[in-house]
Amino acid sequence: MLEIKNLHASINGKEILKGVDLTINNGEIHALMGTNGAGKSTLSNVIVGHPAYEVTEGSITFNGQNLLEMKPEERAHAGIFLSFQHPVEIPGVSMVNFMRAAVNARQKAKDEEPIKSTDFLKQMREKRKLVEIDNKLVNRSVNEGFSGGEKKRNEIFQMAMLEPKFCILDETDSGLDVDALRIVAEGFNKLRSAETSAMVITHYQRLLDYIRPDVVHVLIDGRIVKTGGPELALEIENKGFDWIKNSI
Amino acid sequence: MAESNEYVRKVAEEKYKYGFTTDIHTEIIEKGLNEDVIRLISAKKEEPEWLLEFRLEAYRYWLTQKEPKWGHLQMPEIDYQSISYYADPTKKKDGSENKEIDPELMKTFDKLGIPLEERLALSGMAVDAVMDSVSVKTTFKEKLAEKNIIFCSISEAVKEHPELVRQYLGSVVPYRDNYFAALNSAVFSDGSFVYIPKNTRCPMELSTYFRINAINTGQFERTLIVCDEGSYVSYLEGCTAPMRDENQLHAAIVEIVVMDNAEVKYSTVQNWYPGDSEGKGGVLNLVTKRGHLRGANSKLSWTQVETGSAITWKYPSCILTGDNSQAEFYSVAVTNNFQQADTGTKMIHIGKNTRSTIISKGISAGKSQNSYRGLVKIGKNADGARNYSSCDSLLLGSECGAHTFPYMDVHNNTATVEHEATTSKISEDQLFYCNQRGISTEDAVGLIVNGYAKDVINKLPMEFAVEAQKLLAVSLEGTVG
Repeated sequence: MLEIKNLHASINGKEILKGVDLTINNGEIHALMGTNGAGKSTLSNVIVGHPAYEVTEGSITFNGQNLLEMKPEERAHAGIFLSFQHPVEIPGVSMVNFMRAAVNARQKAKDEEPIKSTDFLKQMREKRKLVEIDNKLVNRSVNEGFSGGEKKRNEIFQMAMLEPKFCILDETDSGLDVDALRIVAEGFNKLRSAETSAMVITHYQRLLDYIRPDVVHVLIDGRIVKTGGPELALEIENKGFDWIKNSI
Repeated sequence: MAESNEYVRKVAEEKYKYGFTTDIHTEIIEKGLNEDVIRLISAKKEEPEWLLEFRLEAYRYWLTQKEPKWGHLQMPEIDYQSISYYADPTKKKDGSENKEIDPELMKTFDKLGIPLEERLALSGMAVDAVMDSVSVKTTFKEKLAEKNIIFCSISEAVKEHPELVRQYLGSVVPYRDNYFAALNSAVFSDGSFVYIPKNTRCPMELSTYFRINAINTGQFERTLIVCDEGSYVSYLEGCTAPMRDENQLHAAIVEIVVMDNAEVKYSTVQNWYPGDSEGKGGVLNLVTKRGHLRGANSKLSWTQVETGSAITWKYPSCILTGDNSQAEFYSVAVTNNFQQADTGTKMIHIGKNTRSTIISKGISAGKSQNSYRGLVKIGKNADGARNYSSCDSLLLGSECGAHTFPYMDVHNNTATVEHEATTSKISEDQLFYCNQRGISTEDAVGLIVNGYAKDVINKLPMEFAVEAQKLLAVSLEGTVG
């Protein structure tokens, strides 16, 4: 369970989050919607511990652990995963080596032996199919020369490999055509369980047609101003955000 | 974004696991350099008259020369009279010869991962182990002799194969070549000699391990490799030294001669003590390495992984005389803390249709300075000659420097010369992406640096590629985070 209380955060001295409260229980999917610059990406970056952001007030706990005291890699080991909006390229580092390093870092954090090569490669093969990633792609450098769609699929592939407990999808639908969107969303759905939860950041209903949220939040100017069921996303799709802004 | 400057500022004490000293009786001659010292070295090595003459001529020439200052280096003042030029750890206290190798020496090389007992040795690799001025042992000599391959210390070669040594010594790097070459020619102690006879593929990797142990001594390695027609050899050198506050001098010459249709691969993993994080101590590695591709269709490749030394000044070069000869230079040079490297190559194309490739990867961290310096020269008769050079620099932090000094000198208009250069930084976003996947910053740097250097690492013999990868990660430990 992820619990965020009165979270204030800033970047370069500018306050972006102005008191966010949010609780996500195991098995739940929450959609986070909002205007550009409302602080959606800031919230996800703060949860995963990006060093550029400063938390000035409030708390985040994950299954009882105080996330704010943990390094980004420790948060990852605890089971938090971010599907980046703009996955970065790492020239020279093959996806295979990258994934092996990530999987073995997790093993080490659990005090377990590094994974056997044969088991690892088998896992790579299986998970790759989930998001229909070509074998050639995993032998290339991390995200280097990947198309926008390939990068997003690659994020979900990594999610499948690392089996996180809580996932953040940060505009995973942006830049995807309909087919790619379906592949990515279906891949994600196959990874869901009663133990896992997720926060899905999006501007559009079309992703939520595939990944059905239990709760929808609207973030405006650093605060969650409205929370509702799946029907709230549809309402926003039809009416935009202005009616919410006007009502506060 | 936080200043990456800040991100990278903290430079931790580097771990150098080869920094131990061996406590062993070592016969060290008086400090200082003059003709008597040279005569003494020559006498200790029971050398023939012609070699003493060679040394003295080199010494007299050296006296007329000045240290070169063109490198992008802050070179400390070297007092040549405060160094001892000969240190022999194999002599007993009474000066007599040890029949057996001192167990302390065996232990030292064991500790360095170079077992001198053949039954313990890495399969398929023969080793010449040199400590200070003397070769301690050469393994698998007899086995190689079955194929008429000569692999021994250069001192032994002078005694056993004087005609070969006399024919080739100084033929690729004459003592007049440069200041340090003249110094080495005057006082060189040990190193390896390799002769591969015609049409022979050397069945093992040959390697020399250089170890500096004694204090206030210089090491003057001299290696000579001759690969006769139609033959092949792969040779590897490794080097380490104890941690000391004083600079130690290592001034070496390596000469390689490659005949018709022959091929030599020469790999170096240089891990001399780099000095501490304040820039105190470390080896001054001033080296002249050159290969002469004499024969048609001959091949020579230099692969170097340079992680150690306070100062590295070396340019493994190739003279491509034979028509259709091919030369390659693959280099990874890592500098951290206050290390300085000025390294690169020279490709001198003389024969027709000669080809050369230069792949250089510089990695700088801390307050270090890392320069690539290379010359591509195409002579007027080198019709159809081709060179491709690619020089990349990777910066970790903003207090280090990366520099590229490519020189081109083309005298034939049928030649093709290409040069590419890039400079990149490890970005905070890349590190964070790795962190988010559970990879620590330290491991992420290792991963990215090894990815960056893999084109060169892949050229090393397999066992050493793994070692080199670890070495890269260790050398950069504490540079970020």
